[in-house]
Amino acid sequence: MNFDFSDDQKQLRDQARKFLTEKCSPKAVRIVLDGKAPYDKALWKGLAEMGFLGVAIPEEFGGAGAGHLELCVIAEEMGRANAPVPFSSTVYLAAEALLIAGSDAQKKKWLPAIASGEAIGTLALFEGKGNPSPKNVKVTAANGMLNGVKKPVADGAIADFAVVAARTGSSGRENDISLFLVDLKDAGVEVKSLTNLDPTRGQAEISFKDCKAEPLGAAGDGWSILTQVLDRAAVLCAFEQVGGADRALEMGRDYALDRIAFGRQIGSFQAIKHMLADMYVSATLARSNSYYGAWALSTNAAELPEAAAAARISATQAFQHCAKNNIQVHGGMGFTWEFDCHMYYRRANAMALGLGSLTYWEDQLIDRMRKKNAA
Amino acid sequence: MNFDDTPQEAEFRATARAWIGANAPKQYEDELRKSSLGRTQLKNANILEVAKAWQKKKADAGWACLHWPKEYGGRGSSPIERVIWQQEEGPFGKLSHMFIIGHGMCGPTMMAFAREEHKRAYLPPLASGEKVWCQLFSEPAGGSDVAGLRTRAEKDGDEWVINGQKIWTSGAHYSDYGILLTRTDPTVPKHKGLTMFFLDMKSPGVEVRPIKQASGASDFNEVYFTNVRIPDHQRLGEVGDGWNVSLTTLMNERMSIGAGVSTGFPELFEYCSSLMLDDGPAIEDRAVRAKLANWAVKASGLRYTSMRAISALSKGERPGPENSIGKLVAGSMIQDVATYALDLQGAAGVVSGPEDAEVAGRFQAMLLRAPGTRVEGGTDEIMRNIIAERVLGLPGDIRVDKDVPFNKIPTKGRG
Ligand SMILES: Cc1cc2nc3c(=O)[nH]c(=O)nc-3n(C[C@H](O)[C@H](O)[C@H](O)COP(=O)(O)OP(=O)(O)OC[C@H]3O[C@@H](n4cnc5c(N)ncnc54)[C@H](O)[C@@H]3O)c2cc1C
Repeated sequence: MNFDFSDDQKQLRDQARKFLTEKCSPKAVRIVLDGKAPYDKALWKGLAEMGFLGVAIPEEFGGAGAGHLELCVIAEEMGRANAPVPFSSTVYLAAEALLIAGSDAQKKKWLPAIASGEAIGTLALFEGKGNPSPKNVKVTAANGMLNGVKKPVADGAIADFAVVAARTGSSGRENDISLFLVDLKDAGVEVKSLTNLDPTRGQAEISFKDCKAEPLGAAGDGWSILTQVLDRAAVLCAFEQVGGADRALEMGRDYALDRIAFGRQIGSFQAIKHMLADMYVSATLARSNSYYGAWALSTNAAELPEAAAAARISATQAFQHCAKNNIQVHGGMGFTWEFDCHMYYRRANAMALGLGSLTYWEDQLIDRMRKKNAA
Repeated sequence: MNFDDTPQEAEFRATARAWIGANAPKQYEDELRKSSLGRTQLKNANILEVAKAWQKKKADAGWACLHWPKEYGGRGSSPIERVIWQQEEGPFGKLSHMFIIGHGMCGPTMMAFAREEHKRAYLPPLASGEKVWCQLFSEPAGGSDVAGLRTRAEKDGDEWVINGQKIWTSGAHYSDYGILLTRTDPTVPKHKGLTMFFLDMKSPGVEVRPIKQASGASDFNEVYFTNVRIPDHQRLGEVGDGWNVSLTTLMNERMSIGAGVSTGFPELFEYCSSLMLDDGPAIEDRAVRAKLANWAVKASGLRYTSMRAISALSKGERPGPENSIGKLVAGSMIQDVATYALDLQGAAGVVSGPEDAEVAGRFQAMLLRAPGTRVEGGTDEIMRNIIAERVLGLPGDIRVDKDVPFNKIPTKGRG
C-alpha cells in the first residue's frame, strides 16, 4: 500500500500550480466574472499547450496518455485557481463519455480536438428541476432527430459539441435512455445563455428542434454510460472542490494573521481559530475521501461507484463549508465584490449542484453501500 | 497510489491470518464483534484475564506491539504491517484496549527516554500484557493545562520523594507501573519546573481509589502519593525537562488514539439496514439516508486520513499534530450517532439494560460513554487549538501565566 501521489505526480502539481498562479490570477478570473468575456481563451490555449487538457486522453487520440491520477492533480489546481474555463464540462464530462462509449471514429474526431484546445464539449443532461434520473429525461430522439430542451447545460453557450441524453423508449426504465453526439453548430440547435450563481462558468439553455443526432454508444445503454461518466466526474470535481476548499482556508488563515481587532490579530481569538480548525478538518476529510476516489478511478476498481459518491459528498461539504466561513473570517471585507472570497463561495455553491445535488449523491452512496454489504 | 498489497505485504497478511485463525479465542468472537464503545464486557468471563491471555499468546509468537523493536518485545514491523495486522485481528483487537495507554504512550516514552537496561527489563513484559501501565499526568488542578500540576517531587539523596494527587488515571487499579509527571521546581514558570519518572504502582505510599464515572463504570481513578520514593535512575529525561518528555507522550497518544477511535458508524449502518420504521425500512427513508451519508463520509474520511498518515510514517515521517483530527471528529460523531440511533428507537430508546434494550443497548452504552471520549486525551477545544496553532500556524492563546513563577499563579477562578 502507498496512499499518496508519486513524486512525479507531485511535480506535475507544482508545475500546474506555478502555471496557474501566473496565468490565472484573481484579476484574470475577474474578466470573466465581470462579464467581459465568456471564458478565458488565452488560459484555455495555455492549458492545451501545457498538455493539461489531454492529460488523461490516450496518445493515439492526441493526448498525453498519462492517466487519471495526473488529471486529479491538475483538477485540484484548477479548483485552487478558480479557473474560468470549461475544463470540467469538456475534460471530465465530454471527454470521459467519449472515452467510455465513443466509436473509434468519434474518438478520432473529438478527442484530439479537445486535447489541443480546439473543441469545447459538454454534457446536456438536465431539464429543469430535479436530479439525474431516467424519468427526468424528456428530450426525445427518434429517426436520428432530437427534440426538446436541456437546461442548465454547463458551458453550453461556448461549447462546440454536446453529449445529449435523450429518451428512445417508453418503458419508463433506464434502458429508455440513449446518448447522442450533437455538433452545436448544426441546424436545429438554439442556445441561450443563462444567468447563474457562478458567472466564471457559464450555463445555458439548449433547444433542439429536429436536430441531427449521432448515437454515442449502443441504443438503450445511455443511462449506464451516464452513471459511469458521472462517477468519474464526481471524483475529478471533488479534486477541484478540495483545491477550492484549501484555497479558501488559506485565504482565511492569511487574513486572520493580518487583521488586527481589539489590539490583537483576529487569528488569536479562539472563535476564529476554531472556525479555521474546523475548515481544516472538513478539507482534510474531503481530501482523503478524494484520494480514495482517485485510486478507484485510476484502477477502475469495483469500489469506484461508492468511492466516487463519498468523494463527491465530502468535497461538496468541505468546499461549501470553507468558502462560507472564509467570508465570515473576513468580516465586512469578505462581503465586498472587491475581495475574492465570493468567487469561491459562488464556485462552491455552483459546483455543489452541477452533477446533481447532495441529495442525489447521498442516495447513490447509501444504495451502493447497501449493495456492497449485501454482496 | 496503490491500495493493493505488495507481495511481501500479501505474504505477511497470509501468515498473520493463518496464525490468528489457529490461535484467537474464537469463543468470544461474536460477543466482541457486537460490543462497542462503552460496552466491551464479556458476559461469562473477566475481560482483563481474556485480554492478558491473548496478548501473551501474541507476544510468545512474535505478534505483540508489532512496530516495536524486537529486543523490546516487538516485531520490528513496518507501519503498514501493523495496519494489516489490525485488519486481520478484527474484533479480537478490541481486547488490546486495556493496554492502549501502556502500548501507545508509556512504551514509546520509555523507548525515547529510559536507560537501555530499563528498556530491556520493562518493555517486553509491557508488550506481552503481563505488566499493565498507566499514565499519571492529569490532576484536579491540571487537565488541559497539564503543566498546572502540583504533585511535588523532591530530591533526597539518590531518590525522589513524591507527594500529591493524580486524577482520572485510567486503569490505575490494575496497573503495575506508571509514568508520572511531577513538579520539581515551583519557583520557575510552570512549563520549566516539571520532571518525568516511571514508578512501580505497588510502591509504598501509592493509593489508588476508583472513581465512579458518569457512565456508571469505574475505569479511572484517583491516585494519591504520600512520601513515595522513586530512585533517580527511574527518571525519564532531564530534571526540569518533563514538559518536553510529556509532549512526546502526547504526540504518540494522539497517533494511537486517532488511528483506532470508533465513530459508531458501522454500528449505525448495520442497525439501519434492518430497522423497520413506521413507514417502512429505515434505510429507505430519505431523512435517514441523508444522516447516514453524512456520517459515512466522515467515517471514510477518517479511515483514509489515517491511511495517508501511515503512508507518510512508512516513508519515515513522524506523527504530526494533524493527527489530532481523528479524535476530534470521531468523539463528537459517536455521540451524535448514538443520539440519533436512540431517536430512531422512539420512546423505547430510553431503556438501556442490555437484556431489554434494542440491539442489546449498544447505542445507549455509546451515548453514556461518549462524553468521556471528547475529554480524554485532550478535549475538543484543545484539539482545535493544536490544529489551529501547530498545523495552520495561528497565534498561540494568550497565556497570562507564561512568565510567572508557578507558585505565584492564582489557583481559583472566583472568590
Ligand atoms: C475517560 C477518561 C480517561 C482519562 N484517562 C486519563 C489517564 O489515563 N491519565 C491522565 O493523566 N488523564 C486522564 N484523563 C484526564 C484527561 O486527560 C483530562 O480530563 C482532560 O485533559 C481535560 O482536562 P480537565 O478534565 O482538567 O478539564 P479542564 O481542563 O478543566 O477543561 C474544562 C473545559 O475547559 C475547556 N478548556 C480548558 N482549557 C482550554 C483552552 N486553552 N481553550 C479552550 N478551552 C479550554 C475544556 O475544553 C473543557 O471544555 C482521562 C479523562 C477521561 C474523561
